[in-house]
Amino acid sequence: MSKLRVVHYINQFFAGLGGEEKADVKPEIREGKVGPGAALAAALGQDAEIVATVVCGDSYYNENLEVARKTILDMVKQQKADLFIAGPAFNAGRYGVACGDICKAVSQELGIPVVTGMYIENPGVDLYRRDVSIIKTGGSAADMRNAVPVMAKAALKLARGEELKAPEDGVLEKGIRKNMFRDERGSKRAVDMLIAKLNGQPFETEYPMPDFDRVTPNPAVKDISKAKIALVTSGGIVPKGNPDSIEASSATKYGKYDIEGVNDLTSDKYQTAHGGYDPVYANEDPDRVLPVDVLRDLEKEGVIGQLHRYFYSTVGNGTSVANAKGFASEFAKELKADGVDAVILTST
Amino acid sequence: MRLEVGYINIKDVQFGSKTEVKGSVLYVDKQEMLDTIGGDPRLKSIDIDIAKPGEEVRITPVKDVIEPRVKVEGAGGIFPGFVSKVDTVGSGRTHVLKGVNVVTAGKIVGFQEGIIDMTGPGADYTPFSKTCNVVVVCEPTDDLKQHQHEEAVRLAGLKAATYLAEAARNLTPDQVKAYETKPLLEQVNEFRDLPKVAYVYMLQSQGLLHDTYVYGVDAKQIIPTLIYPTEVMDGAIVSGNCVSACDKNTTYHHLNNPIIHDLYEKHGKELNFVGVVITNENVYLADKERSSNMTAKLVKMLGVDGVIISEEGFGNPDTDLIMNCKKIEAQGIKTVIVTDEYAGRDGASQSLADADPKADAVVTAGNANEIIKLPPMKKVIGHIETVDVIAGGFKGSLKEDGSIEAELQVITGSTNELGYNLLSATTI
Repeated sequence: MSKLRVVHYINQFFAGLGGEEKADVKPEIREGKVGPGAALAAALGQDAEIVATVVCGDSYYNENLEVARKTILDMVKQQKADLFIAGPAFNAGRYGVACGDICKAVSQELGIPVVTGMYIENPGVDLYRRDVSIIKTGGSAADMRNAVPVMAKAALKLARGEELKAPEDGVLEKGIRKNMFRDERGSKRAVDMLIAKLNGQPFETEYPMPDFDRVTPNPAVKDISKAKIALVTSGGIVPKGNPDSIEASSATKYGKYDIEGVNDLTSDKYQTAHGGYDPVYANEDPDRVLPVDVLRDLEKEGVIGQLHRYFYSTVGNGTSVANAKGFASEFAKELKADGVDAVILTST
Repeated sequence: MRLEVGYINIKDVQFGSKTEVKGSVLYVDKQEMLDTIGGDPRLKSIDIDIAKPGEEVRITPVKDVIEPRVKVEGAGGIFPGFVSKVDTVGSGRTHVLKGVNVVTAGKIVGFQEGIIDMTGPGADYTPFSKTCNVVVVCEPTDDLKQHQHEEAVRLAGLKAATYLAEAARNLTPDQVKAYETKPLLEQVNEFRDLPKVAYVYMLQSQGLLHDTYVYGVDAKQIIPTLIYPTEVMDGAIVSGNCVSACDKNTTYHHLNNPIIHDLYEKHGKELNFVGVVITNENVYLADKERSSNMTAKLVKMLGVDGVIISEEGFGNPDTDLIMNCKKIEAQGIKTVIVTDEYAGRDGASQSLADADPKADAVVTAGNANEIIKLPPMKKVIGHIETVDVIAGGFKGSLKEDGSIEAELQVITGSTNELGYNLLSATTI
């Protein structure tokens, strides 16, 4: 079997070019191993050979992301690499981002296994952990001799088509929840966990609680009689026939609907797309979920300035927090651009 | 309260001229069964079919799954408040046809009925692929409102299970197990040196097709109260809901609540199981506050050291789960919570709609958003075309060849939050 062709990526500092003053050097390719490549080659052993090393300044990469990415991709492609290893970057932020970014690009564009190494607090970790296998390292180059063998081992494993497992393989978790079967049923695990907790013995939760994002409400609208108010709902109110096919649960989209001239949501023109509750009452009178009729009254009476011309609607039934956040960050910009002063959010 | 449960193992179900058990085969007189469970003017037609493990059969949309049980000694009858009077159940002796279930199906009630595959990859995710299922296919009259439809199908299912269970009345069980929890002070004294444990049993009660019944009472209208674990085994709690199929507690799950069973396994050995607190998951904030306050107070009154809390459903009830957990921990009582996750199809989203650092001991039944592919089956009992609109399905879920690509959410019982399954999730 021929040796695996490895291309290694390092920054200007580890290539011996210099520190910050050399951080703007453009990507260059050198034959064989350079700097930490020696230790990496030793750790890779007989089965793999570092055929080339790409050197790039950290500032250059971060300030010229697209050009740098493309130049380096071409270099790696030309080398007919089987495996791509970047860093380790330890706690060097721009180096970490460069390692993560180029690993992600190589993996996606060239379809070969990639590995990098970083300290947990390196900003590159949060940006790339989902897409790239990142080996956990110490905070500085003092950890080089520990980090390199773990990276080499993981890289060879990936090259053999095996998956890396956290924490055994030294790889950082991607932060993704994945289904699996355990040896005991959930109820038994719960009883055992409770007994351990009661007896002060160690136990491991199956779902570590995330930091919960709590939003402080904005101050009250100063003069509601001049305010432009928009309606936004997760109760699934849509024009009859659900033209955007918003899902009954786990919504992947939202709709934006024009209500100019509409004074009342009637059952012949509107309905709910929500699959999480008995729709009879919402379909009978969709104003029950999205109170257009009442807001029109308030508009006429001068209690509010005006009702915004569009309402936004999605289904909040099993819809992931990430999707919901994504929807809102999109249409919040539109609402702001349209001069909306306040939003009434209704659920089901 | 002491209950003996006699299990009669059933390995096969067939139609026959008389409803009876011979050997380990249940024979069903289809006509007599139809005559017994029929008669509700809200149902246009009822049909009965049989689905067995390993067969290339898909049942959908599935509303409920009910195990046939009959009371042979002691007060009351199964499903008090529905097919029996409201005597307090949970003592004496009950016979169970083990390995056979009634499955109610037919035109979809809401959006949240499920799929049971008797073979293939989907079968691995539902306990009901391993039982012989007597499927009761109910078709409603035209324009029947959903809540009426739900009630009619619920009652037909309970009657069907009760009808079949009569065949078990005079049999000698293959196995008899006794379960006992004594009156509180006696129970505390019996195992003085063991930690006292209660179970906080959250019942789906969001309303609008999300209801559960306790002795016939809508759980929305209860305030948290104390019951003996064995009451549940006699059908004191009945599912009346159309929550997502994966994590609704079917009536089968209530009858066989695995947390109650696994607590009994350690009862008198490593813990002292003193009772069950049932509470609800109402949607109004005042209801949530009241119920979680009452629950925390009740477990404190019981003087327990630890509780297991189980959730039913997701999203809105996540807030009840966390409130219960937080308030009970604040009383100095240790908690373990059982839930499932909605982490998005890619698993990258936050899993629950609420969180608290006090919830440091969590058992998860898996990510219901994960995608699963189900191959076509030779036979479908029910209506396949609803697959695109049931919770967890999406436009294009049902392929032309009859295969399905949908979220795990569509499979009945797949992420059950009583911990009935091995399925779980982990961070990779």
